[in-house]
Amino acid sequence: MTETQLKTLADVPEVSRVYPDDPYGSLQEMREDPIALFNRVRAECGDVGRFHLAGRDVVLVSGEEANEIFFRAPDEVLDQAEAYPFMTPIFGKGVVFDTTPEKRREALKNQALRGDMMRGHATTIENEINRMVADWGDEGEIDLLDWFAELTIYTTSSCLIGKRFREELDGSFAHLYHDLERGTDAWAYVDAYKDIESFHKRDAARIALVELVQGIMNRRAAEGPVAREDRDLLDVLMSLKAEDGTDHFTADEITGMFISMMFAGHHTSSGTAAWALIELMRHQEVMKDVVAELDDLYADGSEVSFQALRSIPRLEAALKETLRLHPPLIILLRIAKEDVPFGEYLIPEGAMVAASPRVSNRIAEDFPEPDAFDPSRYLDPRQEDLTNRWTWIPFGAGRHRCVGNAFAMMQLKAIFSVILRDYEFEMVQPSESYTDDCSKMVIQLAQPCRVRYRRRDT
Amino acid sequence: MGWRVVADLDLCQGHQMCQGEAPDVFDFDEGADRVVLLEEHPDDSLRPQVESAVKYCPAMALAIATEEE
Repeated sequence: MTETQLKTLADVPEVSRVYPDDPYGSLQEMREDPIALFNRVRAECGDVGRFHLAGRDVVLVSGEEANEIFFRAPDEVLDQAEAYPFMTPIFGKGVVFDTTPEKRREALKNQALRGDMMRGHATTIENEINRMVADWGDEGEIDLLDWFAELTIYTTSSCLIGKRFREELDGSFAHLYHDLERGTDAWAYVDAYKDIESFHKRDAARIALVELVQGIMNRRAAEGPVAREDRDLLDVLMSLKAEDGTDHFTADEITGMFISMMFAGHHTSSGTAAWALIELMRHQEVMKDVVAELDDLYADGSEVSFQALRSIPRLEAALKETLRLHPPLIILLRIAKEDVPFGEYLIPEGAMVAASPRVSNRIAEDFPEPDAFDPSRYLDPRQEDLTNRWTWIPFGAGRHRCVGNAFAMMQLKAIFSVILRDYEFEMVQPSESYTDDCSKMVIQLAQPCRVRYRRRDT
Repeated sequence: MGWRVVADLDLCQGHQMCQGEAPDVFDFDEGADRVVLLEEHPDDSLRPQVESAVKYCPAMALAIATEEE
């Protein structure tokens, strides 16, 4: 079949609407129950379907064949730049999504995520977890969202920006950062500066973060240079001068860079850690296996920072299954920069194209009993992640597969090594009350999400 | 039945994890920022190493293909 015989965008089946009168298509449903919307696209339309969003067609693809086309496409064909308008007010101008594909590729060659850096990160993360549980005592309660969000602020800032910067932060930074993440309402597809509370909080939080960073910069400028080995990324950025001798970067620009560097690794790791603990509490037989595996592994007194970099099969399988059922990003978006064939359709330049980890990860043909939490999927010979590499997509796939995934898995292994070695956990709410709040593009656990911990008898 | 290593270098992100898992099978080209497949048909004794490399490749760019004799 030649390209001219392909069907057009108008032929792509369109999903039904919950709110037929919504002038912005499926916007309102996306702000209330996006998972239902995305599932319905596949159920009603198949591998290639579409919905309207604020005057644009969004072509939502799923299934192995369409996903492979989506994930293999280079930026010049399917671009991310304009696909996430809710990020621009958070990152600021000139950062990540507001730049060319080449510049983005260069920036994403993140040295901090290289394999050889992982050992130092593992030690850093172990220390941060130990600090967070230091005042726990023998028993108590934590809110999963608050606790893991704060922990992962410390780990991501320390590993990606540096220890010196991390030491400047406390819980207030985590709260401001949370307001940024909550400022990802899909209204941004209509107007990213609409007069709504979550956008006001977002903008206030960004201003407060810039002030915080400016304060740190002022203090450092007054104190003068530190020893080379203690320098962090902020010291390096502050030392860069423009040709006329003035500072190359303002506090606003540096804050934008830090926000963007931490963004991909923060709510994602935090949410996954929380969901993994919830699923383990829900499935005591898996919890028992994982705890036994860890007890065995650490019986010889070996370091968490050492083991977290190595294979911990049962824990890894439980984490993978958590990621499959609760992918932190439920939708991945691109803009077609040229006409792209998807199966029998030619999707025209300008259309938005999407893939949904939440939908693909639960395709029954690829993942038998797709809604069941079953870590044995990943053991030999099933290996359902490797055999379904275009539909097992909690980290995306292809060219843009999450560059932080090895870091993320190591961090999760370190977290569970520490907390399951020393504590046992139980739900203090009905099991089904632990759910995601999907009203923003960045989904997070709905509060309350409290659990009880008790030091293990040894 | 034989086996061979398949590296989809389009997907390589230069993490170099495979080099750590199976140094005799994978090398790294700094200039191209990509992994180099040194040995498409490694010795059977290296298979566990290659399986680890496949499993832990952060880009999911590696696979083992089975070959009919």
